Amino acid sequence: MRKSFFSKKHQKLIADPMGDQNPITIQVLGICSALAITTQLENALVMTLAVIFVMTSASSIISILRNLIPNRIRIIVQLIVVASLVALVDQILKAFLPDASEQLSVFIGLIITNCIIMGRLEAFAMGNKLFDSFLDAFGNALGYGWILVAVAFVRELFGSGKLMGYDIPGFSYLYEIGYMNNNLMILPPMALVVVGLIIWLQRSRNKDLIEEN
Amino acid sequence: MNKESNLYTFTFAVVMVLIVGTILAVTSEVLQPRKKQNTADKKMIDILSAIGVDASRVDANDKYTQYIYGSTVIDFKGNVIEGNAFDIDILFQYRDKTLSPQDKKYPVFNAKKDSFEYVIIPMVGSGLWGPIWGFVALENDYETIYGAVFDHEKETPGLGAEINTDFFEIPFKGKKIKNQLGKFVSIIVKKGGAEKGNNHQVDGITGGTITSDGVTDMLFNTLRLYDNYFSNLVSKDRLSQKGSESEALESEIVKSINNNKITE
Repeated sequence: MRKSFFSKKHQKLIADPMGDQNPITIQVLGICSALAITTQLENALVMTLAVIFVMTSASSIISILRNLIPNRIRIIVQLIVVASLVALVDQILKAFLPDASEQLSVFIGLIITNCIIMGRLEAFAMGNKLFDSFLDAFGNALGYGWILVAVAFVRELFGSGKLMGYDIPGFSYLYEIGYMNNNLMILPPMALVVVGLIIWLQRSRNKDLIEEN
Repeated sequence: MNKESNLYTFTFAVVMVLIVGTILAVTSEVLQPRKKQNTADKKMIDILSAIGVDASRVDANDKYTQYIYGSTVIDFKGNVIEGNAFDIDILFQYRDKTLSPQDKKYPVFNAKKDSFEYVIIPMVGSGLWGPIWGFVALENDYETIYGAVFDHEKETPGLGAEINTDFFEIPFKGKKIKNQLGKFVSIIVKKGGAEKGNNHQVDGITGGTITSDGVTDMLFNTLRLYDNYFSNLVSKDRLSQKGSESEALESEIVKSINNNKITE
């Protein structure tokens, strides 16, 4: 029986990773890129788009091949699929968005090691139909992306006094009365602190998320 | 077909690798011209920024042809050698530890802006965490700095990373790499601030001492090689009569470069 395009199940596949099953704040995966590339909003957006592309394509490909992939080398096959997609993204960025590619440098290559991707391939795409896998990947990539963008927003705004590389109009008045950009925001530890604040906010709103110790 | 058999597993792996390899190779080949163009554009933007010309990726090529009218390649003695200056990747040369200073090629670019002529010298050196590089434009007396831009790979944000900001770069303008006697002295990035009225010093960056010193070393090691070339240019005849003297200078330079290499 064919399910409707936006059935409850499909909505859940997208919505869960955005909120209560968020890969970064709940599963605490993909933290390292959240640290590294969130000093500027633009980088976070490019990274998000790259991860969305890699995750949805990888999940779709693995889902299509799931009945053909020999069980003993399935992890290697997943890795090859992810690695080649990442190499493709890297090439395309170098050719069409050279400045962003320079900024993101090694972190594009490190998408390969983003645990969220391999996690979703192994846990979901290997056992689910194409469209479900696609939605699951899309949802998780978005869940990863919105955290990245939120963290980058805070860090660029308070660290550099800019957004997307542009000056904020009101800030010149603030500078005059003695406001200074917080350089600490640019340094990696503040990314953890900002992610920590989001985790705090999320768990205080939904007490079910708090683990028992 | 038995999916768990070795034959199936092997066949699957081989077919998969062949398909993936083909796709990647084709993509890389197809995009190659664009990537090359992007690298070249970036280099043009950097060269132009040394003479204070702002270019973007869109107009880099036009402005480059407008302002840069020539280029030369020299060897470590300052002799002109054959080659295309633009194609020389000094960062690549710098990273290649098997290459001795004698084997390296040193590019220099000739620029003309508002009917004044300048020479632009690319340079590369070591910061605290990784390579630093820059472009220095000299006026046609070959000693007064017209403009300097620097950049880095991964210096500490807020400290060493500040070498690519205006507050560090602008003070270089007007400084001289030679003293009144015409002797090469380079520019020193001075910790604690440049002495007032000193034509050969600029302010260092507080907290970024190692990066500042890296800039000093880079300026010294690079400019001295070019200084020889400029002296040749200014008084070709005079120097040719004193061949032995220039040879002595040459061996001294080689020695100090080698020393420098060891201390690195």
